[in-house]
Amino acid sequence: MSPEGDKKNWVGKPLPRKEENRLLRGRGKFADDIKMREMLYLRFVRSPYAHAKIVSVDVSAAEAVPGVVCTLTGAEVAPQVQPFIEIAPDPGGKIKDYALAVSKVRYQGEPVAAVMAESPGIADDAAELVQVEYEALDPVVDAEEALKDASILHEEAGTNRVWNGVFEYGDVEKALKEAASVVSIDRLHFHRFSSTPLENNVVIAQWNPKDERIYYWCNNSFPSFAIQFLSAHLNVHIDRIRVETSDIGGSFGIKITSYPQMAVCALASKKAGGRPIKWVETRSEHITSSAHGNERTFRDTRVALDKDGVITAIASRHIDDCGAYPRYEPLGCVIWSQVFPGVYRFKNARIDFTQTVTNKCPVGPNRGYSRMQHLWFLERVVDICAHELGIPADEMRLRNYIRPEEFPYTTPNGCVYDSGNYPKMLQVAKGLIGWDDWKKKQAAARKEGHLIGLGIGTTLDSGTNNFGQSQIVNPGAPFSGNSQGANCKLDIYGEVVVAVGSCPQGQGHETTAAQVVADVLNIHPDLITVRTGFDTERNVHTGFSGTYASQFAVSGLSAVHGAAQKLKAEMKRLAAFVLETQEDDIEFGTGAQGPELRAKSTGKSINYWGLANIVNVNSAVLPVEMHDVTLNCRYIWRAPFKVPDKVRKYGNLTLTYASQLHIAVVEIDRDTFIPHILDYVAVDDCGTVINPPIVEGQVYGATAHGIGAALMESCVYDAVGNMLTSTFSDYTPITAVNMPKVKYGHIETPSPHSYSGAKGMGEGGAAPIHTISAALQDALFAEGIIVDDSFNNADSLFRAMVGKEIGQVGKLVKLERRAQ
Amino acid sequence: MPKKLAKGKKAAEPKPAANAAIEEIPISVQVNGKPHSLSVEPRTLLVEFLRENLDLTGTHVGCDTTYCGACTVVMNGAAVKSCTMFAVQADGAEILTVEGLEKDGQLHPIQKAFGDSYGLQCGYCTPGLMLSAFQLLSRNRQPSEKDIRKAIAGNTCRCTGYQNIFKAIESAAQNMKGV
Repeated sequence: MSPEGDKKNWVGKPLPRKEENRLLRGRGKFADDIKMREMLYLRFVRSPYAHAKIVSVDVSAAEAVPGVVCTLTGAEVAPQVQPFIEIAPDPGGKIKDYALAVSKVRYQGEPVAAVMAESPGIADDAAELVQVEYEALDPVVDAEEALKDASILHEEAGTNRVWNGVFEYGDVEKALKEAASVVSIDRLHFHRFSSTPLENNVVIAQWNPKDERIYYWCNNSFPSFAIQFLSAHLNVHIDRIRVETSDIGGSFGIKITSYPQMAVCALASKKAGGRPIKWVETRSEHITSSAHGNERTFRDTRVALDKDGVITAIASRHIDDCGAYPRYEPLGCVIWSQVFPGVYRFKNARIDFTQTVTNKCPVGPNRGYSRMQHLWFLERVVDICAHELGIPADEMRLRNYIRPEEFPYTTPNGCVYDSGNYPKMLQVAKGLIGWDDWKKKQAAARKEGHLIGLGIGTTLDSGTNNFGQSQIVNPGAPFSGNSQGANCKLDIYGEVVVAVGSCPQGQGHETTAAQVVADVLNIHPDLITVRTGFDTERNVHTGFSGTYASQFAVSGLSAVHGAAQKLKAEMKRLAAFVLETQEDDIEFGTGAQGPELRAKSTGKSINYWGLANIVNVNSAVLPVEMHDVTLNCRYIWRAPFKVPDKVRKYGNLTLTYASQLHIAVVEIDRDTFIPHILDYVAVDDCGTVINPPIVEGQVYGATAHGIGAALMESCVYDAVGNMLTSTFSDYTPITAVNMPKVKYGHIETPSPHSYSGAKGMGEGGAAPIHTISAALQDALFAEGIIVDDSFNNADSLFRAMVGKEIGQVGKLVKLERRAQ
Repeated sequence: MPKKLAKGKKAAEPKPAANAAIEEIPISVQVNGKPHSLSVEPRTLLVEFLRENLDLTGTHVGCDTTYCGACTVVMNGAAVKSCTMFAVQADGAEILTVEGLEKDGQLHPIQKAFGDSYGLQCGYCTPGLMLSAFQLLSRNRQPSEKDIRKAIAGNTCRCTGYQNIFKAIESAAQNMKGV
């Protein structure tokens, strides 16, 4: 659809957010704020063991507590449901996943039973009285150990391996043979962390016996995915499940995977005779058993380089740890390949990718999902090679970056990078941080024994994904393409009302959607109401609707724009009829009686109330040939994707590629080993910007998540699978005293793949993790240390520098130079 | 939550009261200028009292362990974490929650500054942050950047990266000069 007649009054402007009015006044409506008649409160009983057989579950003492209405156990639930859909083919596809553990537990914190009571306090007290007898089994917490299958989590699958596939393009062996040098890296490791939204998961469910429908009020961030899983699991028609969300206190992807708890709440409501069940997750429950980001180990990496330090091939083995149940996985086994070569030009590569289960919390999409691990790996490769070959980090990147004139750029695996200019971003970032000055200061400081490093991280935020990539992991998966729905209408009194199938968590969708519609209709955004949250009954969702994967600016706003264009066309036709003129004589604007349509030739006008009146309550004046005018326009936007080639693992997997380039200056204290950020720059390019401060805010937020993950936040397990960071006091999310001032820069390379030139950009690609690893390595390379882990704190730096236990370049990296 | 709420009177209970054995304690508090006298279970947290008994749901719970500050309210002039206090400990206190910041429909300068500076995204941490800022600015009208960082060290925000929150509090301090 062409953006015919769009004004440019609002898109691109720093319009204050429409959401603020309620949020600033404490009038936001979050799921935990909802109270209902006859509501019961659910508390889970959770496993203290990482791996154990369930011998018995005795709920009698809990049920005897006054105020307890009922309990649920896994054994009771299993016969009532189908195991959740598995996305994996066999062996992963054989895994049987239930919302309450049935015969064994597979991670610490796994729900075993649920107690429903008249108050949260009674539910808490009674849950402690549930007696579960366990028989401990050998836990496996390390991915490579798990792949030995010495202790198997899911007997029905027969192996801990969920999925394996080889992604091979070009001629790797030839490139390795012809290389001027080959760098081998034994092992790199990307740690587990979670973006821990400040609001925990909340579910209110009612299985209403009056109409046999299930009603959800919750904060799930991908409801159309959840209902597909719940419908099959609960054996209920999908149309009989209604999901509403309102304000959501952050998700960052984590809240996509709350469907198991949603299932328990529905079953509990059914057992309680249809009383609504409320479950409010505690922070410790969230950290131990909601979802973590994927942990990944990179083994046996070999990098071929030519005489100029240009990478010609990479071969590597990647092992992804998805925790106890695959759930959204193994989609992560292909999603990383959206950014297969990162920002680099190499054409030959072979990645052998395996995913395994371990006795840890299941993973879920976490801001930067699956791509950040791979992009971190590539940035590590680039920096390690640069250091080995004595090439400066900035120069190494310029030699290897995809060049601005090469866009749109087709990657070795068939993805099409829409636009970008990485050398320019590097230039802007260097200018903002004062690169040359810092280099001088660094040299002087080194002479005095200070460990200062400068690091560059270049990253991609691929948005609007092609669900056809699911067929690369499972050729039988019935998914491809991507779509989003929106509705734009004039209500009976002429109000402009927009609904869209997203469920934002702070991304300002109400504001940006209003900006788009305001330009289509040439009115002020204040005159436009954008519905808050998601509701299956609004009939604007498709199977892909939700808020995830950096796409609203493209999928959401394209849908909104399409719906607004349809409405505009109908309004114009109707106005031309009423004003007795031709459609091309009609102009849109605002007059004395509010927003209106005018005949340029006569100056006669009709306002929105008048148009809505005719269609809704005065329709006898409407001629039959105009009966198709409803002023209530639904539009489904579809991304122009094809099904990828499953055998070659080849095809375009994402529509847009926003990029970010960060530079950090980091000093490691010689005495305390605490790393301090001395200076920090973030430069982003997300194409045409809809609302600049919203974009800037997303960049800052993703930067804080990345810096937190790089230096402070890690989901730590001991050798037997006890989670050691199960409260915020242990997990230590980044605070205002740890977060450096960020210098912000911006360039714009409009996307040719979206109607507006915008690219999705919410995830940020975890640039700080790459950047801080690079800066730490720059500080420590002279000490014989490479940064081989994405998480670095005073403890790990001490172990590397003093204990010489980790990060020793001599043990991890080998450089082989060939005579040319 | 205890069901007997309204003005200290026992509400009619259709079912046997689950918590009948727990003796409730009467408390009186002034919240946003309005007096409330109710009876609460001794274990009721102040945040539960505000949210469940008074329906002031602008105060949020984020961590249960006094780290995140989503539950911050101002009690007798000091910012406190209402998830780490029992309601009975607030007996006789004056409490300010986010709902009490605006006056006659006019946003408080702190609220306005947070909005103007894009100092919020999901808005879940915002009430607590604004009340920590309220305490800071009621004691220090010219806070340095360090003062600001220290004042909100106990308020976790997972969306904004704090950058625009620093700007918001600086700008609120400017706007409150001479107020």
